[in-house]
Amino acid sequence: MPEVTLVGAVNLALARALEDDPTVLVLGEDVGVDGGVFRATDGLLQRFGSERVFDTPLAEAGIAGLAVGLAAQGFRPVAEIQFSGFIYPAIDQMASHAARLRNRTRGRLSCPMVLRAPNGGGIRAAEHHSESVEAFFVNIPGLRVVVPSSPTKAYGLLLAAIRDPDPVVFLEPPRLYRAVKEEVADDGRALPLDTSFVLRTGTDVTLVTWGAGVIETMAAADSLAADGVEAEVIDVACLKPLDMEPILASVERTGRCVIVHEAPLTGAPGAEIAARIAERGLMSLVAPLQRVTGYDTVMPLLRLEKQFIPSSRRVIDAAIRTLEYA
Amino acid sequence: MAVATFEIGFTRFLDRSGEAVQPLPAFASEAKALIPLYRSMTRLRMFDAKAVSLQRTGRLGTYAAALGEEAVTIGLASAMAPDDILVPAFRHQGAQLWRGVGLIDILAYWGGDERGSVAGPPEDFPVCVPIGTHFPHAVGAALAIKLRRQKRAVVCIGGDGSTSKGDVYEAMNMAGLWKVPLVFVISNNQWAISVPRQRQTAAATLAQKAIAAGIPGEQVDGNDVIAVRHAVDQALAAAREGLGPRLIEAVTYRLGDHTTSDDATRYRDDATVSSHWAEEPLVRLRRYLTAEGVWSKADEEAMQTALAAEIDKAVTDYLAMPPPSPQSMFDHLFATLPAELKAQRDALAEEEVLHA
Ligand SMILES: Cc1ncc(C[n+]2csc(CCOP(=O)(O)OP(=O)(O)O)c2C)c(N)n1
Ligand SMILES: [Mg+2]
Repeated sequence: MPEVTLVGAVNLALARALEDDPTVLVLGEDVGVDGGVFRATDGLLQRFGSERVFDTPLAEAGIAGLAVGLAAQGFRPVAEIQFSGFIYPAIDQMASHAARLRNRTRGRLSCPMVLRAPNGGGIRAAEHHSESVEAFFVNIPGLRVVVPSSPTKAYGLLLAAIRDPDPVVFLEPPRLYRAVKEEVADDGRALPLDTSFVLRTGTDVTLVTWGAGVIETMAAADSLAADGVEAEVIDVACLKPLDMEPILASVERTGRCVIVHEAPLTGAPGAEIAARIAERGLMSLVAPLQRVTGYDTVMPLLRLEKQFIPSSRRVIDAAIRTLEYA
Repeated sequence: MAVATFEIGFTRFLDRSGEAVQPLPAFASEAKALIPLYRSMTRLRMFDAKAVSLQRTGRLGTYAAALGEEAVTIGLASAMAPDDILVPAFRHQGAQLWRGVGLIDILAYWGGDERGSVAGPPEDFPVCVPIGTHFPHAVGAALAIKLRRQKRAVVCIGGDGSTSKGDVYEAMNMAGLWKVPLVFVISNNQWAISVPRQRQTAAATLAQKAIAAGIPGEQVDGNDVIAVRHAVDQALAAAREGLGPRLIEAVTYRLGDHTTSDDATRYRDDATVSSHWAEEPLVRLRRYLTAEGVWSKADEEAMQTALAAEIDKAVTDYLAMPPPSPQSMFDHLFATLPAELKAQRDALAEEEVLHA
């Protein structure tokens, strides 16, 4: 089995999808000859030709809208937005059309497209290259929002997203693109969407996160374990629709919950998860729920991004607050 | 030294008095062949009038009539083959009607019932309400056709206001770049709600906006259905031959309010509007047909009676539609309804039972 990075796994999944399904297309800015600014589409043009893998003009609304038109015609476009900091014009197309085309035509047309983008900081990038935008998408009915946290997840979830008959926004943490390698069998097997994954079992506190947050959260769990505290870690992976069952089951056992994400605090998916715990698991809680998130500030330039991104120290402190509460 | 120059042509066959100003294209060589166009334009006008009156009496939601612009949508739709793809905006029910969408479907949609969205050619797009956002879809659909090497084409229509939107430039740019089989039609009715064409852009024509994208652009008299039909015919033929997209600016005039929610007297005076009634598309075609001896007063009366009956029947059927089930709002969100949405749908159903 090859050892691949997360960006390598994205590349493997794209190649696999292009290989298996002639309706799959890969498009976006610089995805062709250049192979994408992060190399996610490296080699795909050479392998599959310019009718399957092609550069688009520099036009984010146009890219998303083009994908809507292709998808309505039965293609499965996988469109890349170069950085999620530039995704805002495409949100109009996703909200106004991609997410509602099936409903709008009562099932006559559908929109099996994927909009991929690097999403999040920690790569010392320039302004507007480190945003976390998932909150904008989870409020859109008719969309799926998926965030991979490892090479294995990236491969399996991207394949699932491409094969899904409805539009999926696939937000890849660039901080993880080359952080770790995993053995990924290029066997074409998808992982399930709409599923939260338990990454680590534990009975003392539930840590809920997604994407790059998994790194600091798992590190926090390890150091808590060294102090005899067993944390359960849940990777939400699909932010919409939200699979609350593993989270509620865990909170029922632990009575304590910390939600960790890099996106700014207010109105982010963490708030939704907290609300659902309040609705369905409030009586299990023995301590106030904690959130460890990016601040409600503009994403700082690179000198301060470390302070913005939740550290494992902040996660540990929050977990301890829940443990010390009662 | 000029490094680029351009020229925007203008085409008209029938002037306002219904006189041919140049030899007519082949499809119009027999005046009789124009009767279906005349009938469809009249049908659209009568239907629009009925829809507006339904709105006024609380039996329809907001409605955008095409009063004065009938030649644009009927002209373009009559040029399309059944398997071409229409990508319309919200005032282009004329093209939908020509392509087989029922009067009742249009009433249902504007009456707020999703069931009005089902009918129509299987690959046509629904009418687009956000201005200009449908243009990139047309490029995607046309690229799909090109990738499959099919001899079909896409027709995308928007208003003069839409040409100010970025989506429209982005779409024209992509379409020109990839030479996709696509015809853009701009129904320049001189108004975007209260903003007149001259305050929308400093460009001398809207057609020339295509030139910057490497696409031929031309103007036609949008009140002359022969001119619209002919230009779209030619553009579609070129598109099918792989010659790429074209843009046709059909110059017309919005004779009515923007929609039933609008009061145009707030921003334009009646005298200006009245002067444009002299150019409207139905009268000039009727004059021509009459002069050619293929249309009589009796024909006109018989047609209007038949159309009125058809429209009345559609209205009766529309008003008799049972209300949609509340749960139907969940029916087509996803191919398979996710668990969390099933729970929301069940909650709605329970609510309905509790408060029935
Ligand atoms: C993106 C967007 N902005 C604003 C509106 C509100 N609006 C509806 S129609 C309209 C004017 C459109 O003018 P034009 O494109 O010329 O089409 P027409 O109404 O004349 O057919 C406006 C501003 C809208 N529907 N979509
Ligand atoms: Mg207008």
